[in-house]
Amino acid sequence: MLLQIYTLWKREVVRFVRQRSRVTGALLQPLVFWALLGIGFNASFRLPGAPAKVSYAEYFYPGVIALVLLFTAIFATISVIEDRKQGFLQGVLVAPITRRSIVLSQAMGGTTLALVQGIIFLALAPIAGVALSLSAVASTIVIMALVAFALTNMGLIIAWRLDSTQGFHAIMNLILLPIWMLSGAFFPAAGAPGWLAWIMRVNPMTYGMSALRQSLYLAHPGSFASLPNLTFSAILTVAFALLTYVAAVRVAARAATI
Amino acid sequence: MASASAVSPLRAAIPQPAAESAIEARDINFFYGDRQALKNVSFSIARGEIFGFLGPNGGGKTTLFKLLSTLVACQTGAVRMLGRDLVGEKPAIQRRMGVVFQHPSVDDKLTVRENLEHHGHLYGMRGNRLRERCRQMLERVGLAERAGDLVETLSGGLRRRTELAKALLHEPELLLLDEPSTGLDPGARREFNDYLAHLRRDEGVTIVLTTHYMEEAERCDRIAILDEGRMVAIAPPGELKEQIGGDVVAVRATGDVGALMAKIDAAMGLKSTLVDGTIRIERPRGHELVRDLVDRFGDQIESVTFGKPTLEDVFVHLTGRRFFTEGAGANSGE
Repeated sequence: MLLQIYTLWKREVVRFVRQRSRVTGALLQPLVFWALLGIGFNASFRLPGAPAKVSYAEYFYPGVIALVLLFTAIFATISVIEDRKQGFLQGVLVAPITRRSIVLSQAMGGTTLALVQGIIFLALAPIAGVALSLSAVASTIVIMALVAFALTNMGLIIAWRLDSTQGFHAIMNLILLPIWMLSGAFFPAAGAPGWLAWIMRVNPMTYGMSALRQSLYLAHPGSFASLPNLTFSAILTVAFALLTYVAAVRVAARAATI
Repeated sequence: MASASAVSPLRAAIPQPAAESAIEARDINFFYGDRQALKNVSFSIARGEIFGFLGPNGGGKTTLFKLLSTLVACQTGAVRMLGRDLVGEKPAIQRRMGVVFQHPSVDDKLTVRENLEHHGHLYGMRGNRLRERCRQMLERVGLAERAGDLVETLSGGLRRRTELAKALLHEPELLLLDEPSTGLDPGARREFNDYLAHLRRDEGVTIVLTTHYMEEAERCDRIAILDEGRMVAIAPPGELKEQIGGDVVAVRATGDVGALMAKIDAAMGLKSTLVDGTIRIERPRGHELVRDLVDRFGDQIESVTFGKPTLEDVFVHLTGRRFFTEGAGANSGE
């Protein structure tokens, strides 16, 4: 079973690396977002309840990391649809491997790719003005892996039901991007109107975002009084990752093939 | 001519041998929503047989292929493959079965060798055994020199060969092929069929394929004809053809084929059928008919051929329908 998961995982990674445009797309797009929005909002942005010296570029930085994870996870799950269209998936489905293992290898593949891209982005922390400690790096990587795993699973839940990449993009814009936007990645819940703050509170991604943000500043806690506490956020993120995996397996098990 | 619903003498009794069976299927029904794609299909395929499911598109053979290859789950009925139950012992069957898809299930972004290795891993093969087997299969299908090339750089024919190498890599006892001839030129098709014959002869592999090519069906030991989800016949191709009796005369018209057909039927008291723009007449002592036809309608006839029945004739005979029914213009039933 491990050999099977390994080979499917490896294929996802090799495939991704061989499609250069995907690698650059998943990295460049968030980078451009970060640069433009960071510069554009800098003058008008004030983090509620925080020292005024936090620039928007710095505030947005963990959000951009999450966006990198989201984009990479999405690209990875689009390959599920392509695999079905091109016929590759049929070959896997008739092999002696369970759907559970197939989904796990797809999720691990997406997570690996997202994590590598996330780590590349993490190297830009000094530019964002975030001083990383070793423990912050370690904690951030763990949280990134969990968030990436959950996001890939969400992508898989959608991809296993769909047979066109166009449909996937539509759903991505409708569901995945708003989940990211309303997670505190883009703006803090503290300043949002009541109903929006409420949506942000029930958005599971909010806790992933919160854990990510607090991990980055592990060395200087205390500046995030408005965020749920790190342990709580991390536990919810683990739960989110597991739940999405179970859901993805269920969808894949029921999915009609071709 | 027999209509589809009549019990045909060609609907042979389902063959028996339970112990040696490669596949044993009883009363398979399959529904896509309301549409029933398979209706009470039962058959038995012996080990070492080359067996073909012949039928027009939409006849149910693709559904049957998906079911046997484990792509879709069995709905009703019982299927045993290689002595195991398809529902309860699926992995055990999957390990010993190779599947060749019509659209190759190879990964374009991997090389030929990587595709094979990946497949081997999926089937639990590794190390020296895998390497040796990859080498063997690459050589056998003539892809040894292209082993390091990305599959996306291969021609359609070479892709199909990669697919075949993949399906055979784990030394399956049973090989399922979906429309194996589609997209192959005649030379490649012959080569492919020779290879299948060799596999059966030298390695005892049971070969089950679906096809809508008569020539391919001719090469099978036995065929089952599927029409509208029903199995209308199961027998060796030669036997099916013999049971038609007599000869088949085919007439091509210089002008309006329908008009000529009406004239022939009226003048000679016949009931002919139109198949692919050709008037077909089944009848013993066909050579006499040829002479009469040329005497009377010589000026309106472009060509007359006279021969033994083909599987296409068998299909028309059994179902009262042409084999290739495109659109609504088909003359269904009589």
